[in-house]
Amino acid sequence: MTFAELSMALPEIVLACAAMLLLMLGVYKSGNTTPMVSGLAVASLVVVFLMVISGGYPAGTGFNDLFVVDDFSSFMKLIILIAAAVGILMTTRFIQREGMNRFEIPVLMLLATLGMMIMVSANDLMTLYIGLELQSLALYVIAAIRRETLKSTEAGLKYFVLGALSSGMLLYGSSLVYGFTGATNFDAIARAIVAATSGETTASIGLVLGLVFVVAAVAFKISAVPFHMWTPDVYEGAPTPVTAFFASAPKVAAMALFIRLLAEPFGDLVNEWQQIIVFVSIASMALGSLGAIMQKNIKRMMAYSSIGHVGYALVGVAAGSAAGIQAVAVYLTIYIFMNMGVFACILSMRQQGEMMENIEDLKGLSKTSPAMALALVLFMFSMAGVPPLAGFFGKYMVFAAAIDANLYGLAVIGVLTSVIAAFYYLRIIKIMYFDEPVAAMDANGGEIKAVMVVSSAFVLFYWLFATPIINGASQAAAALFAAG
Amino acid sequence: MLIDHLLSVVTFAPLIGAAIILLIKGDEAVVARNSRAVALFVSVAVFLLSLVLWFNFNKSSADFQFTEKVEWMPALGLTYHMGVDGISVLFVLLATFLTPICILSSFGAVEKRVKEYMVAFLVLETMMVGMFAALDIVLFYIFFEGVLIPMFIIIGVWGGARRVYAAFKMFLYTFAGSVLMLLAILAMYFEAGTTDIPTLLGYVFNPDMQFWLWLAFFASFAVKLPMWPVHTWLPDAHVEAPTAGSVILAGVLLKMGAYGFLRFSVPMLPEATEYFTPLVYALSVVAIIYTSLVALVQEDMKKLIAYSSVAHMGYVSIGIFTLTQQGVEGAIYQMLGHGIVSGALFLCVGVVYDRMHTREISKYGGVADRMPRYALMFMVFMMASVGLPGTAGFIGEFLVLVGVFQVNTFVALLAASAMVFGAAYMLWLFRKVVFSALTSEEVRKLGDLSVREKVIFAPLIVLTIWMGVYPVSFLDFMAPSVENLITNYNAAIAASDAAPMFAQLFGQ
Repeated sequence: MTFAELSMALPEIVLACAAMLLLMLGVYKSGNTTPMVSGLAVASLVVVFLMVISGGYPAGTGFNDLFVVDDFSSFMKLIILIAAAVGILMTTRFIQREGMNRFEIPVLMLLATLGMMIMVSANDLMTLYIGLELQSLALYVIAAIRRETLKSTEAGLKYFVLGALSSGMLLYGSSLVYGFTGATNFDAIARAIVAATSGETTASIGLVLGLVFVVAAVAFKISAVPFHMWTPDVYEGAPTPVTAFFASAPKVAAMALFIRLLAEPFGDLVNEWQQIIVFVSIASMALGSLGAIMQKNIKRMMAYSSIGHVGYALVGVAAGSAAGIQAVAVYLTIYIFMNMGVFACILSMRQQGEMMENIEDLKGLSKTSPAMALALVLFMFSMAGVPPLAGFFGKYMVFAAAIDANLYGLAVIGVLTSVIAAFYYLRIIKIMYFDEPVAAMDANGGEIKAVMVVSSAFVLFYWLFATPIINGASQAAAALFAAG
Repeated sequence: MLIDHLLSVVTFAPLIGAAIILLIKGDEAVVARNSRAVALFVSVAVFLLSLVLWFNFNKSSADFQFTEKVEWMPALGLTYHMGVDGISVLFVLLATFLTPICILSSFGAVEKRVKEYMVAFLVLETMMVGMFAALDIVLFYIFFEGVLIPMFIIIGVWGGARRVYAAFKMFLYTFAGSVLMLLAILAMYFEAGTTDIPTLLGYVFNPDMQFWLWLAFFASFAVKLPMWPVHTWLPDAHVEAPTAGSVILAGVLLKMGAYGFLRFSVPMLPEATEYFTPLVYALSVVAIIYTSLVALVQEDMKKLIAYSSVAHMGYVSIGIFTLTQQGVEGAIYQMLGHGIVSGALFLCVGVVYDRMHTREISKYGGVADRMPRYALMFMVFMMASVGLPGTAGFIGEFLVLVGVFQVNTFVALLAASAMVFGAAYMLWLFRKVVFSALTSEEVRKLGDLSVREKVIFAPLIVLTIWMGVYPVSFLDFMAPSVENLITNYNAAIAASDAAPMFAQLFGQ
């Protein structure tokens, strides 16, 4: 291990040290340490963000090819870091106010973020597993952090049991892949697959079985249908800012991991995995849009909405091309901003000091808090994919990739489900604008407002500054395809 | 300087107005007054600016004029490309002309949430103008769909009793059609390698592909036009929308579908157009006859006019697909005339609705006794809708019938006979509302037109008569572009071996 290799992982190392230091600080310093720990956690994320964006550390593979730094990992890390920082920002005041004032929450979020960064940079099934587990274990704890309430405990337990199951599947799939290729390293697996399938038309059945298990395990993490069942319950049960965090950063990390897995080690099995992804994508889009219609709780609705969005992102993955990966990267970026914006609105749903979670509580919001209603309208139209808002451009790119890959059926089903999805997004607008108000919402904190303003500006003006994002995503996709 | 960016200025100036209105603060009455003033000022200014288009447009050219082109999202191949030709320039003017009228007409009618209302209307104007001026197909799509956002809000917030149902129906119908068009646009992009409309107009798609592309475009434009049997969103939307919303809906938004046929389906997919022409004729004839009959039994004034709109748009789709000079010009003329006349008719309904708060035909009767000026004016628009010579409605319908007679006498016969129904339901409406015995106490209290209402109707009457008496001043704009369209279409049909290809596709 050389210094160059260590410096490749510099952002991760900084984040790990920061998490441990903050833990010490929280334990040994007396008084209410949450604001300080949170602030420092956000600050360390900002520092790491600046490190990644400046690119001031070597790229390539290191640690005996266990770890990879390329444009793809950097792009995904940037999105994850933004999502994590916003997540912690929105959590701080909430946990102090709602009687769950624990400084461990921001620390755990930092550790989860560290796990996600390792997932994104994994170049070996072992690294992948370590990253995934670090992320998951931290998330299990924060899902159940409100241990005195039934729902939070239930959410944590469900998440843990199903997460453990998916980890088991991942390990089992990995062992099959290892058994049939003799390697855990991504590049070595890719070479072994090329060697084994050259001259033959089909891959060995054991390898395909391994692939299916691995895909199923990751599908759990991104909550794609039919591995989505935990999502609505966990989203509903977990404290709201935690849900906001769940719906953003881990999704991006798991999706990034998924893409790397499919494009690099299993790149030559594209015919095998493409049909799985097409099915999972259609199922997610359909269930996401149909399931959300009947929901009364806005967090549950957002759970179905996120299932749907994963389906749309998978449309780009299914294309199996650089354009498809680029589209997914852009889609995820836009999704993060929309999602954060919506959750900032949900966090502002407070009447006489009590949190509201029912969609009906938004009645007449356009009269009582016009600014918040306007922001939420923008997010809803954007999520429905109505131009000129950001969400449209995300959908445009994934469907373009699908059309380019001749996946016409997938594209047609995709756009039709987006019409169904538009129905429940419009329902929120209807409740806010067409119905009469019942009670006014309380004023909310500065950081929530800031998240709302920034996200809605992003959604509204995306068309003005899209080019750098699209170009970044293009480089990210190119990195993956050049290596694979 | 200004003339170089005239289209952009006309398109986006309303957005600036909307932003200014958003910044207005104070107590409700002040905000309402100021937002009204700003909205009216901005929309009138935009109309005056757009008149530069009228005077500086080169009527002898079929090319796109006032073009602007800027790199937009090079990674996706999108450019910001704007421009108008003889087909679209008059629609831009129609949109900028109707918006101030709509805003003025809602001064008395809309009392709640005036600020949001004005913002929605100005955003709507941007979307409408942008849609007609866009020369990049994705840019076109963005404006085309963007219209839905303000329209959904306008119907849903300021609409009538069943406004929620109507708003959802309008949005979902249109959205479902449009997303299929988006896929067609993407397929065209990957086939031709560009989203630039002038370039696409010169590209020849293979007939198999044209078939599917045409259907996808048709899904969107048929809903928007609207054609039977996907017209059912329109009566609901019209009835529930506030008066100004109905005016814009009938006046401009319905034209978007037909404009789409003229801009994309016909010139870009000529062989598929030829193949599907009988389908369009059939649906249009059904629409004309069926909706005219439905209009005869309506009890709601707005619903009656809404059904008459569907029938009139049937003439438009027939006219476009005749692909004769008279037919296409007639279709465009019919759209412009219908934009003015049906807009005016909805305003007429609005005038009595504002006083009586009912649109039920049976609640009226004898209005002429109390409002003679109103009755006269209503009669002008009613006659124009029927297609009386000397009014805007006549020229369009006549040209369409002349065009279709050259192509298919049977369709011409059916379409012409339906004009009788048109006369029947409009005259019936007029007799019931304006004449007949004055029995209702409420009608007895009615007062005649106010100054504001006269100001609104004056330009509409002038245009209706002008368009009916001297159509050349409008036809001159479109003639070269229409000629160009038809020449290219005939050349494409002559050059292709489309018939065997389709025979192959469906012969088995």
